[in-house]
Amino acid sequence: MTELNKLTIADARDAMRKGDLTSAELTDACLDAIEGADALGAFVHNTPDLAREQAKAADARIQAGDAPDMCGIPLGIKDLFCTKGVPSQAASRILEGFTPEYESTVSQNLLDNGTIMLGKLNMDEFAMGSSNETSCYGNAVNPWRRGNEDTALTPGGSSGGSASAVAADLCLGATGTDTGGSIRQPAAFTGITGIKPTYGRCSRWGVVAFASSLDQAGPMTKSVRDAAIMLEAMCGHDAKDSTSADLAVPNFEAMLTGDIKGKKIGIPKEYRMDGMPDEIEALWAKGADMLRDAGAEIVDISLPHTKYALPAYYVIAPAEASSNLARYDGVKYGHRATLEAGDGINDMYEKTRAEGFGSEVQRRVMVGTYVLSAGFYDAYYNRARRVRTLIKKDFDDVFAQGVDAILTPATPSAAFGLGEMKNADPVKMYLNDVFTVTVNLAGLPGIAIPAGLDAQGLPLGLQLIGRPWEEGDLLNIAHEVEARAGFVAKPNKWW
Amino acid sequence: MSIDIETARKVAHLARIRVEEDRLPELAENFNAILGFIEQLNEVDVEGVEPMTSVTPQRLKRREDVVTEGDMPERILSNAPDAREGFFAVPKVVE
Repeated sequence: MTELNKLTIADARDAMRKGDLTSAELTDACLDAIEGADALGAFVHNTPDLAREQAKAADARIQAGDAPDMCGIPLGIKDLFCTKGVPSQAASRILEGFTPEYESTVSQNLLDNGTIMLGKLNMDEFAMGSSNETSCYGNAVNPWRRGNEDTALTPGGSSGGSASAVAADLCLGATGTDTGGSIRQPAAFTGITGIKPTYGRCSRWGVVAFASSLDQAGPMTKSVRDAAIMLEAMCGHDAKDSTSADLAVPNFEAMLTGDIKGKKIGIPKEYRMDGMPDEIEALWAKGADMLRDAGAEIVDISLPHTKYALPAYYVIAPAEASSNLARYDGVKYGHRATLEAGDGINDMYEKTRAEGFGSEVQRRVMVGTYVLSAGFYDAYYNRARRVRTLIKKDFDDVFAQGVDAILTPATPSAAFGLGEMKNADPVKMYLNDVFTVTVNLAGLPGIAIPAGLDAQGLPLGLQLIGRPWEEGDLLNIAHEVEARAGFVAKPNKWW
Repeated sequence: MSIDIETARKVAHLARIRVEEDRLPELAENFNAILGFIEQLNEVDVEGVEPMTSVTPQRLKRREDVVTEGDMPERILSNAPDAREGFFAVPKVVE
């Protein structure tokens, strides 16, 4: 077998079960691939020794029989997850030198399933961004390029390193997190699959908090089947996260039955945006046709408050961030500014946070501070939370009409060039999440799947939105789109 | 609603982020762009709509009010920029 790192999780699992492949071989193939891929900027803290040790243990466990599906699978972990004894910085200068004394619940769940950690992955600072350009480590780069151009493209964000690593076959899967689209947008930009489960499916414990009422972890993988296998290993009830759902975790892979006859798929008219590229419009129509061919019923629906999702998000997320990020004060962990004689504690806070936070993080913390400040709390924060109630009700209403899932484009464009948005006003960057952010506000599961290439040869994705807690059904529908779209393109290796 | 330089200065201080004088105009301009975008929310009729507190209907779990973890000062202090004698050390707070 050549190029083991290109295997899917499902194929690697089956080969290891049959004794055709060891986790040690698979892990070495990934470590070699990572070593030759510095130009992608995907891995930012490598843990090869730990990975080899874990692979050895996984092989022993597989040989003993009865190992979990994910046993022996090499993964990358987004830098937002706290990993015991391994730097965890959320791509921020302010957490420079921080090595957690504990393991996040999601990464612990994966370790308990026998997975291998290859290292930590690049991301936007504190998961705030849509292009991975706000990272203290520098940009992550998309393995895809436009035609024969050598312009460096964004892998999307915030889980840009995760997307780049999976698309370039540096690992078999990666963890991501999604607050407004941070799994689904980078998955779409790099031609991979990414699912954000229902809010409460994955424990948030040990994941550096951005906006606690919106943050969810999820897998980023090479196929829908892999997403089903990896998601099952990540989720489950956790007493350490009070918003973690105490619900049984189904065998998601077993729910990929291939039968979606009679499923009702909604097409929301409000997602037809002015100025949307024709290619995306066409892809969306093609997706509906594929589902119709598979026996689903396509219905037009309305989600009337869609337009207000992004503005509501840009009140709620910064408000929660300003509160969550108050903990970075130069006292308990990470960076502390060098002080001058006579500097008091406020100087320490202000200098530390000015040095430690990048400009986008500073901007969002200050916007959050403003919308929560006396006199504006009702006008901004409470109004946004009321609008959020209405956005969720839009979805409740269509689900009550019998709709099983909703089909939309994943992003309003294909991947753009790194630096291309540098001089744009911040709001323009925010528009990347226009199709994904509603799902976080309503707490629903959403999945992005690659469905085609644009004229320049860049991947485009479709998004399916499911009912709460129905990830299994959602994955099954996504699996049918995947099968019919037949997306097999891979980026040409230039790195 | 427009943010002037004085408001930007005040917000930066509330957020405990040092912003140099010469950067305040740009910050105020950024705020205004973002707040201008947020203003759209005023078009929505929210009369009688409750602000969302929890996206999934749930009752928070309860547990016995007992100590479950602790007694690990070294681990807690291990990442501190300045720790002395079992405490986090900070500049003088009280004169």
